[in-house]
Amino acid sequence: MTITDTTPILGRPALATPPRRSRKPVVHVFFGDLAATSLTVATGFLLLSMIPAINWAVFDANWTTGDPATCREGGACWAFIAAKFRFIIFGVYPPDQQWRPLVVMGLIITMVLASLSPRLWGRKLAYGWVAAIAAMLTLMWGGVLGMALVPTSSWGGLPVTLLLALLSLGLGFPFAVFLALGRRSKLPVPRLLSILTIELVRGLPLVGLLFVASILLPLLLPAGWTIDKLGRTLAALTVFAAAYLAEVIRGGLQGLPPGQVEAAKALGIPGWKTVWHIVLPQALQKVIPPLTNTAIVMVKNTSLVLIVGVFDMLSASRVAATDPLWPAPYVESYVFVAAIYFVICFGISNYARWLESRVQARTYR
Amino acid sequence: MNWKTATLAATLAVAATAQAHAGPTVDSVKARGHLICGASQGTVGFGAPDEKGYWRGLDVETCRAVAVAVFGDKDKVEFVPLSGQQRIPALQTGEIDILPRTLTWTLQRDANGINFATPNYYEFTGFMVARSSGVTKVEEMTGASVCVQTGSTTEVVVNDVSSRLNLQLKPVVFDNVAATRQAFFSGRCDALITDASALASVRATQSKDPDGYVIFPATKYMDALTPAVRHGDDQWLDIVNWSIQALLNAEMYGITQANVDEMVVSGDPRIKRFLGVEPGNGKALGLDDKFAYNIVKQLGNYGEMFDRNVGKGSPLKIDRGPNKLFSDGGLMFPLAFQ
Repeated sequence: MTITDTTPILGRPALATPPRRSRKPVVHVFFGDLAATSLTVATGFLLLSMIPAINWAVFDANWTTGDPATCREGGACWAFIAAKFRFIIFGVYPPDQQWRPLVVMGLIITMVLASLSPRLWGRKLAYGWVAAIAAMLTLMWGGVLGMALVPTSSWGGLPVTLLLALLSLGLGFPFAVFLALGRRSKLPVPRLLSILTIELVRGLPLVGLLFVASILLPLLLPAGWTIDKLGRTLAALTVFAAAYLAEVIRGGLQGLPPGQVEAAKALGIPGWKTVWHIVLPQALQKVIPPLTNTAIVMVKNTSLVLIVGVFDMLSASRVAATDPLWPAPYVESYVFVAAIYFVICFGISNYARWLESRVQARTYR
Repeated sequence: MNWKTATLAATLAVAATAQAHAGPTVDSVKARGHLICGASQGTVGFGAPDEKGYWRGLDVETCRAVAVAVFGDKDKVEFVPLSGQQRIPALQTGEIDILPRTLTWTLQRDANGINFATPNYYEFTGFMVARSSGVTKVEEMTGASVCVQTGSTTEVVVNDVSSRLNLQLKPVVFDNVAATRQAFFSGRCDALITDASALASVRATQSKDPDGYVIFPATKYMDALTPAVRHGDDQWLDIVNWSIQALLNAEMYGITQANVDEMVVSGDPRIKRFLGVEPGNGKALGLDDKFAYNIVKQLGNYGEMFDRNVGKGSPLKIDRGPNKLFSDGGLMFPLAFQ
């Protein structure tokens, strides 16, 4: 549109509505040409081949059972999940104290819902999170206010998965910001330290880091010192998350037009204020999609703690499936756990999409 | 394998230097108020949480026996789930007090920073075949096909046995446990080979007719699965040893969870000493004189423990076999309680 175009908007030829496409018959859509035909046939075969799986999972499935031994005959044994639901969700946490992890999960959901809208982001919410996390850990641990002490070795299931994901991302994020800023710093020491940290951690597989944290770290500590196993695992996850988040954030920093910082300098805004109020908000906003990606990856990475003996949801479901009274319903347990992971990750990804559109709308207003 | 051994040796060397705090374990356990045991991540029959999160199994109960000896309460235990690689470092660094976790007593482990107590289970590599085949021992297996998992030590055993006895066994190799087992039950091979207790659990959980299969040893070699403690604390080792011995002795004397209170009034001086009616034994170990009584009262004797967790009272239905008392032809040897 140029300035000389003075036609009133309403009078203009209908630009807003795209030209109507002539409707092709349905047959044409599916069998129009060779590509469409072969795609239709292939999809048809795929759908047909899924019938046994759907039958297994839904129509032939046993939802309740009187006799566990025959439960898997015919179809999936969802009765197993019903029977083991408590164990898969809460793991080895003492059943009489079960309300505590339940409240923790409630807290997590409440806080996450409360943090959804960017309008509420601010100092108060940050304090709220700190208080909520302190409350969650107190609830899980107990030992105060008449709650029995539950050592971290008895924590388990979904609360552990959620806490590990939340804390590793939450604690990793500030580190990541420093690492990203450090890597772009003109001072050699912070820059080299940041590069070293990021490249070292990114060069190691998470499994390796977890082994270092769970096996080597206690051996290297001075005699008589022990750090809680869950704490060490969390530390490994945090470092890992920080390195990956740092690279994502660095991408945002690099995408920022240099004019922004130059303008701030010209206005005499002090360096840290420039970073805090001008650089970071814009940089982070640019990298919402890759941040989401890292968050989703970290949620799923928490399942790797299985190999260092932390009883997360996946470990709990594997143990549940070894119960000799039930006929090894591994597939059912894995499908169930996968479904929970999917719900969490799909939620994150949908939220991020919504956030992206919202944040953009705010910028261009 | 060599680099693994080297890594292990290096780890253990570091461990040995880092391990100067050989304070009396029993004092720190008492001060803490509970025992910390290494547990597996779920090995049915040996150590696994039930659906209420309560740890059960032969290894778990061995640990509970030590807790009874120290505290008189089988529930004053915290179980720390450990992976196979973690278990020994966790013991060396003091993260746990005792490691009963299907750990085989070997020279390398014994020499490198841990001490083994008394074996609580003897394990062998076994074959499982259909009962209908009529085969009951290795020598009869000529020409049989064997489902085996690739890269496992059992793959070596199949070849050893086959060439030593000239059996011409045909290994059918699969790359994971589930596939191996499934292949066996679908009739892909005549026999399945792995640890006997694992075979028993497979038979219990994955076959439609557990009685239709028999399990027998593949070799004459036996592994002694033995709870371990840190090097350098003899008093603690004694306590663990005699807690396990209390279980074995109780079975030898015929003392069970049900009849232990009647046995207290027994006239037999050995039983009197064992149950602490005549004092001395407990005190010598720094424990309550009635520690053996308490163990039997709360957990039963070794035979009861075996049956409940892995034997005929459990879904695993493992034969007592080598785990019988010495007097019944097994390897479990009760030492003199005096």
